[in-house]
Amino acid sequence: MNPLAWLTAWWGSRRIPLAWLLLTRQPVRLAVALAGISFAGILMFMQFGFRDGLFDASVTIHRLFDADLVLISPRSSSSVSMAGFPRRRLVQALADPEVTGVTPVHWSLLLWRNPETRATRSILTLGFEPTDPLFTDPGLAAKARVLSERGRVLFDELSRPEFGPVAPWFKQGRTVESEISGKRIRVGGLVSLGTSFGADGNLLTSSETFLQLLPNTPPGSIEVGLVRLRPGADVAAVQARLRRELPSDVQVLTKAGFIAFEQDYWRTSTSIGFIFTLGAGMGFVVGCVIVYQILYSDVSDHLPEYATLMAMGYRLTHLLGVVAREGLLLAILGYIPAFAAGQGLYLVVRNATNLPVAMDTGRATLVFSLILIMCMGSAALAMRRLGDADPAEIF
Amino acid sequence: MADSLLSLDPQAPASGAPIAIAVEDLSHWYGHGSMRRQVIDGLQFRVAAGEVVLLTGPSGCGKTTLLSLVGALRSVQQGQVQVLGQELNGSGRRTRQQLRRSIGMIFQGHNLLRCLSAEQNVQMGADLLPGFSYRARRDQAREWLRAVGLGDELHKLPHDLSGGQKQRVAIARALAARPRLLLADEPTAALDSRTGREVVELLQQLAREQGCAVLMVTHDPRILDLADRVLRMEDGRLVEPGSGQRLWSREHLADVPVQ
Repeated sequence: MNPLAWLTAWWGSRRIPLAWLLLTRQPVRLAVALAGISFAGILMFMQFGFRDGLFDASVTIHRLFDADLVLISPRSSSSVSMAGFPRRRLVQALADPEVTGVTPVHWSLLLWRNPETRATRSILTLGFEPTDPLFTDPGLAAKARVLSERGRVLFDELSRPEFGPVAPWFKQGRTVESEISGKRIRVGGLVSLGTSFGADGNLLTSSETFLQLLPNTPPGSIEVGLVRLRPGADVAAVQARLRRELPSDVQVLTKAGFIAFEQDYWRTSTSIGFIFTLGAGMGFVVGCVIVYQILYSDVSDHLPEYATLMAMGYRLTHLLGVVAREGLLLAILGYIPAFAAGQGLYLVVRNATNLPVAMDTGRATLVFSLILIMCMGSAALAMRRLGDADPAEIF
Repeated sequence: MADSLLSLDPQAPASGAPIAIAVEDLSHWYGHGSMRRQVIDGLQFRVAAGEVVLLTGPSGCGKTTLLSLVGALRSVQQGQVQVLGQELNGSGRRTRQQLRRSIGMIFQGHNLLRCLSAEQNVQMGADLLPGFSYRARRDQAREWLRAVGLGDELHKLPHDLSGGQKQRVAIARALAARPRLLLADEPTAALDSRTGREVVELLQQLAREQGCAVLMVTHDPRILDLADRVLRMEDGRLVEPGSGQRLWSREHLADVPVQ
């Protein structure tokens, strides 16, 4: 039987939609239930959104690098505390036949002075040879030319506004100068990178300028080494070979591994993941309590009516089905406003924090599953009340 | 079993129609141990298909218990109860649930579903019938409501109906499941005497048309003349009608003015 014929047959043989009518003929109770479920859903969307946004945001820069393999120091724990390793290791890596190019990168958080208010704030600064490829974005090479002049930086226009109105001033044609670690620098261009929890803003500069800003950097020491391979090369095999050949003062990661390294830090070494998961859990519990209360009092209020239906010859399983359908309808009806509000709040969060928080299928499914569990679990508990519906007592 | 009942039962129906209810030596107790109290004591009677039998007696004499036993709502403790050919003593929950589909019940408090319109309430009865489409069952529900004179109130909620109208919806609901036996517990209690009589007349007429047996508990003397027979219960036993109870004879009742 084809689905359409089946659907027609089902529609033709349907019964009074008791669950739907029980819910919709009590609009106040329905509104309270939906408000509770939506609230729980929104809370879960926000908490999971923040958590995932944080993990995503922590690797905004990491995703941009033009690299197949990344060398870092084993002492580095995250983007906010990168340790140095000898630049020689990168040159050694270049000896591998599969390696086509390398880029040494200096990486540090430096104090930037707001050119307007003179307040200082920590900004992530990357130093590299302007002629080397750094990011996969091909537009960078042209912009990087300006860095060959000493004391020039490229400013990330997506940086938080606390760093000052650098981008607007620069676009107006003004000369934007500021100070880093007591050294004068000039903004030579704008790039579009994005903020993260670890860095409120980003700055690109040449290795030469970087070393001027941080004169205590040991010579020949870098924080990140980008390694590019011949197209079609076996990344895992080269990674294994470099690990074997290079001393243990350097760690060889794939680009994906480099991203995971950063995310793992935020996930495991901070309580951020726990806090947001706990927040989502509380939303779940609050939702459970509300839905259970609503369904339980609904069943209690209609107990004589359920008993009447049993006296008429309806089976207990049929009545259990009514409560289950009520739970299912509540889950679906409560999820829709939660989803819509979640979208809206994500937009607000994106605008307010520049964090990459967006609705994705995984999270949308996760929250719906949790709401479904919440409603069906509550329905299952409320069903126990149906056992008290005794048709012998209704005469 | 049925044969022996036929010869023994003093409360036999007049005609030779098929038997809808056959009760023999039925006893029932509530409570346990020292709190145990007998509410029904050796009852014996039969009701034929198409017969309208009224059951009367003082409060607490076991009428309602008898209805719930015959209605397969309560398990039988002692004695035999055959309803529509099904022995209820020792029957399982599932058997009783299946049997209840053939029994229409009308309650004192009408027990309509508050969230359903009159039409939908009646359709809850019709929905128990297998093999009809939604549309057919809805049309049946509408016809029943027209038959009880509520053709214009199809979409009203019970909240917006008067007591008499609600009771008529309950009757339509009970009849919509096409029962072969109708049990009613004081269906006129909440109604004024004129409405009450109208409702019972309607019930009697519709039951006769359907060939359905009716057993109705009532205290209302104004409707006794509508019955084929009147059973009187006292202290869990049936009392001979007519023995010092002239009020209960049909001849006499015919003279009682109806208000």
